[in-house]
Amino acid sequence: MVKDAIIRTVDLSCYYGSLQVLKNISLEIYRNEILGIIGPANSGKTTFLRALNRLNSLNTSYSQTGEIFFRSQNINNISDNILRKKIGIIFALPQVLPVSIYNNVAYGPKVHGITNKNTAGQMVEDALKKAYLWDEVKDRLNEPAVRLSGGQQQRLCIARTLAVGPDVILYDEPCSGLDPISTAKVEDAMGQLKENYTQILVTNNTKQAARVSQRCGFFLMGELVEIGETVALFTNPKDKRTDDYITGRFG
Amino acid sequence: MTAAKVREKIAFSVLGFATVLIVVPILMTILYVVKNSIGAISWEFITQAPRNGMKEGGIFPAIVGTILLVVGTMLFSLPLGVLSAIYLVEYARDNFFTRLIKLSVVNLSGIPSIVYGLFGFTLFVVFLRLGTSILAGSLTLAIMSLPVIITATKEALESVPASFREISLSLGATKWQTVRYCVLPYAVPGILTGTVLSLSRAAGETAPILFTVAAFYLPRLPRSVFDQVMALPYHLYVISTQVPNLPIKLSFATGFVLIALVFLMNLVSIILRAHFRKKKLW
Repeated sequence: MVKDAIIRTVDLSCYYGSLQVLKNISLEIYRNEILGIIGPANSGKTTFLRALNRLNSLNTSYSQTGEIFFRSQNINNISDNILRKKIGIIFALPQVLPVSIYNNVAYGPKVHGITNKNTAGQMVEDALKKAYLWDEVKDRLNEPAVRLSGGQQQRLCIARTLAVGPDVILYDEPCSGLDPISTAKVEDAMGQLKENYTQILVTNNTKQAARVSQRCGFFLMGELVEIGETVALFTNPKDKRTDDYITGRFG
Repeated sequence: MTAAKVREKIAFSVLGFATVLIVVPILMTILYVVKNSIGAISWEFITQAPRNGMKEGGIFPAIVGTILLVVGTMLFSLPLGVLSAIYLVEYARDNFFTRLIKLSVVNLSGIPSIVYGLFGFTLFVVFLRLGTSILAGSLTLAIMSLPVIITATKEALESVPASFREISLSLGATKWQTVRYCVLPYAVPGILTGTVLSLSRAAGETAPILFTVAAFYLPRLPRSVFDQVMALPYHLYVISTQVPNLPIKLSFATGFVLIALVFLMNLVSIILRAHFRKKKLW
């Protein structure tokens, strides 16, 4: 793999009010890799993820120091719309809009100015195919999205994110509410997307991180304890705290 | 039966009784009004102007006047109320200034309607030189309607799940696109309810129109928004207190028409709400 950093954070610290939830995080995310981020609750994983496309700033008490670079450009110089178009996110619980399956996916293209029906239709189809959902929903595109099962809804969310044409996809514990079979399908979709997308997977499930990611980072109480090749991190961790966590001695 | 089950039965009975009590007064009011207006309601009554010192003829100019005032009130208060509520909920930061605005909205709804009437008279009729006119009356009623519309719209917007906004923003939509496509459509039923509620109140108010628009006796239709009009609530007040020896059934018939008009508005809002609810695919 070419070690080409698509996202780089430098001394990133995040605060909610006066509470510091991330401490001086500096790391690089390489193009087309799946980076796993593991760690116990309240270790700052989600905050780190949401800092990358500036979703944290929806919370008025949030502030941060340090820099984040996307394709060597400081994200402070990128507008919200463009940044979030390029860096999409999948939330922990499948969150679909109360509209049809088709309109859920077509929403992104619509807000980015795609008004031609045929173009939009093609984008919806492509996105659903990439998310491995097309065969299951192609005959019921006009049904309410909420009628899909949890696993299907989560893949619909992936399709919706893909439809706006991102470079990076962030996953915030995407399988926490799914059964093992649905989880496997989501992981399959992630495996296929590796070709063209950079993916960051925050998960409470260390086994999932081991299965899916090429590199993995371990967060603990707002610190990045260790980051490296997934195989190395899981078989031969450098830090004792990592060892304790992945072997289940705490967390 | 266990003690818990007995308590459950008692609680259900009390709650059910309270609900029935709500229905009784409205049914009785309607029945009473209908019973007393029998014989006075006729085609002539709702299509003719009053004659012979208002003791004969109909109330057509007052019906038209009230409809015009309601439409005028809606034209001013609906956009202003909805837009300011959108600003307060979706855009404004929580600071001293916005808290002051929210407090003002709450307090506006506590002002007696006669005070709105005096205020409208000094501001619109005298200071802005609109004269006693449909325009001045509509503006006065609009200010009175604003707090209810703003509060209802605010609550409707706040009840739209935050996740809708987050989804939309996370896909790179702008704030306005988010409000337009992912928030407003789901708030429309609540906004409609609040609007109709406050317009119904505006239709039935006498005090705010007393000095700003209402005519004592004007048996012709207005030619422009700068004309005075008769209005149902004021007409009802006039014929009930200022015209001696007026058959009481004429007063009740006027009241009946006013109630019917308000019910009609509610009916329209019920139909619109049902239509918008069908669009939502839960």
